[in-house]
Amino acid sequence: MTGSTWQVTFKVYRQRTGEKPSHQSYSLDVDPDEYILDAVERIWAFHDRTLTYRHACHHSTCGACGMRVNGREKLTCITTIRSVTRNGGTVRIDPLRNFPVISDLVVDMGNFFLRMEKSGFDSVVPLDKANLPYESTITRVSEHKHEAERLADCIECGLCISACPAANTDHEYIGPAVLASIHLMYTQSPSQALIDQADHHTGLWRCHSAYECTQVCPSGVDPAWRIMDMRKKIIGNRIKSIFTRPNEDKKNA
Amino acid sequence: MINSKPTAIIIGAGFTGCALAYDLAQRGFDVTVVERGELASGTSGRTHGLLHSGARYCVTDPEAAVECIQENIILRRIAKQCIEFNGGYFVALDDADLAYAPAFFSQAQVCGIPVEEIGVKHALEAEPALSRQILAAYEVPDGAFDPLRLAMAFAASATQLGARFHTFHDVTGFLQDGKGKINGVRVTDRHADHSWEFNADITINATGAWAGVVAEIAGLSVPVQPTPGVMVAYEKRVTDRVINRLCEPDDGDILLPQRRMAVIGTTSFEVQDADYIPVTPDQVQQMHERAALLVPELKNVKMRGAYMSARPLIGGMMSGRSLSRTFKCYDHLANDSVDGLVTVTGGKATTCRVMAEKTADLVCQKLGWHRTCETAELPLVDYHLYYQTREVLA
Repeated sequence: MTGSTWQVTFKVYRQRTGEKPSHQSYSLDVDPDEYILDAVERIWAFHDRTLTYRHACHHSTCGACGMRVNGREKLTCITTIRSVTRNGGTVRIDPLRNFPVISDLVVDMGNFFLRMEKSGFDSVVPLDKANLPYESTITRVSEHKHEAERLADCIECGLCISACPAANTDHEYIGPAVLASIHLMYTQSPSQALIDQADHHTGLWRCHSAYECTQVCPSGVDPAWRIMDMRKKIIGNRIKSIFTRPNEDKKNA
Repeated sequence: MINSKPTAIIIGAGFTGCALAYDLAQRGFDVTVVERGELASGTSGRTHGLLHSGARYCVTDPEAAVECIQENIILRRIAKQCIEFNGGYFVALDDADLAYAPAFFSQAQVCGIPVEEIGVKHALEAEPALSRQILAAYEVPDGAFDPLRLAMAFAASATQLGARFHTFHDVTGFLQDGKGKINGVRVTDRHADHSWEFNADITINATGAWAGVVAEIAGLSVPVQPTPGVMVAYEKRVTDRVINRLCEPDDGDILLPQRRMAVIGTTSFEVQDADYIPVTPDQVQQMHERAALLVPELKNVKMRGAYMSARPLIGGMMSGRSLSRTFKCYDHLANDSVDGLVTVTGGKATTCRVMAEKTADLVCQKLGWHRTCETAELPLVDYHLYYQTREVLA
């Protein structure tokens, strides 16, 4: 926060349930180091009480405030105004793609959350499994009374699904976040059930490696890497099974 | 005395409203929740996220401390799915902090909080990012939670028992029978700009810092003072335990780990309108300085976010910080001769379940419905299931 003031026009997507969408402009004096979500909240508080949007934690732990800012998926609570426009500029704000719009900037996260539940996504993970496998693991906690743990990286914000070109053409595709969740759960405790959830044409094999998910992820999940790694694991299993006699296969299963 | 299933409307889907929906649904109520925004989009979502051991209040507010440790143990049992529980330290940075230590240690024990002096060397080994200046360290059972998912877990458990949540529904009026009884609410569905009415045997105003504003719609007043504080989140998780400064509750005295972040808080000042509270650069700077006292490397870690959350403190006369953090339920029949409306406000995130329990007790007593609370034992259902039974929107 610098205390300086910019004048910025926010062009906001508006849509009542069942009606046609349009964009409405609001000109605001803002501190460029404030966040996009602050501006949206200010529009609601002082200019237009009919505006609907989702938000909760305001510091990137809950994932509720995902929107498209100038066409790009952003977690608006940690996106500064300075990072997307200039003094006198315009910022376009749209709801996430690939989710049904309920009204204005509010999308329906229902199917996505139920898919995450089905994948067995656990929001709390042991500390030594919490980071990406290719990151150095932080083992800071010594002589701890409990197994150290932390909240998982995925905040279920849906940005990756909004940015994904495959999700845009196939609504049956379970999408990057769910596949990343399956991978995270698989690295903790491998199972055929998890493989079955991912190993089909609306799962792992629908992804065509655009890597948009990893580009927009605000939380360090790297869904694209997880998808590729999960493919490797599954192909590895298949190759292994070719060189394993069926009875041995049973023994090892 | 009611023989058929009683009906309840809860206004507000923050921690209190969600926990109350679960409690009343478990006691056999037909529950409808109306909330003007998303779940936990007011104070609850923006809370610091500290699962209090109670030690923060053991000297200044033992009543709140006892409530905190009891609820801390219960939430770790029922809401494990949204809590990272690695404990917390209280660390002394100067002689004044050291002088506070004996009272802290004995009062924590009096309040039933497991507390242990662990020695500076041990603390620095376990949490190497801590300031080398620390003079003493005590361990307590603090944790960190995910605010939205905690609210969702209560809401999901409520919906599994038949409760209905209508988010983005603004209360515009109370239905009154002309004889001093409130029979429900008039709401506007903000998605479709459509108005409708809900009838119920009892309406509960669970809007926290907004309880006064909502009561005013019915011409009533509730002495709640919105008292915001600032939080600053950093790009790096610098400790695994919660780090508290060993002193009386003060500005910027709690540094919390959460996911890959560290979050410092908070301040305390009063506002009239809690709808929009700007984050001021001077408060952010103050937090930055306080955070660096506990963990010096934060001086050079990028800030990720800064935000305000408005506590609902009870009573307007005394200054915010000195008030008890415990909550109050008001039966407006006793206070204002208006039947059918109860207000619950105050409290802390850590104590939301017991706030709901006491409020549900009052509601049951009012309606002559003899069912007891069962929310302390069973784990909450998976928070994702909030979406399973909710009304499918167009």
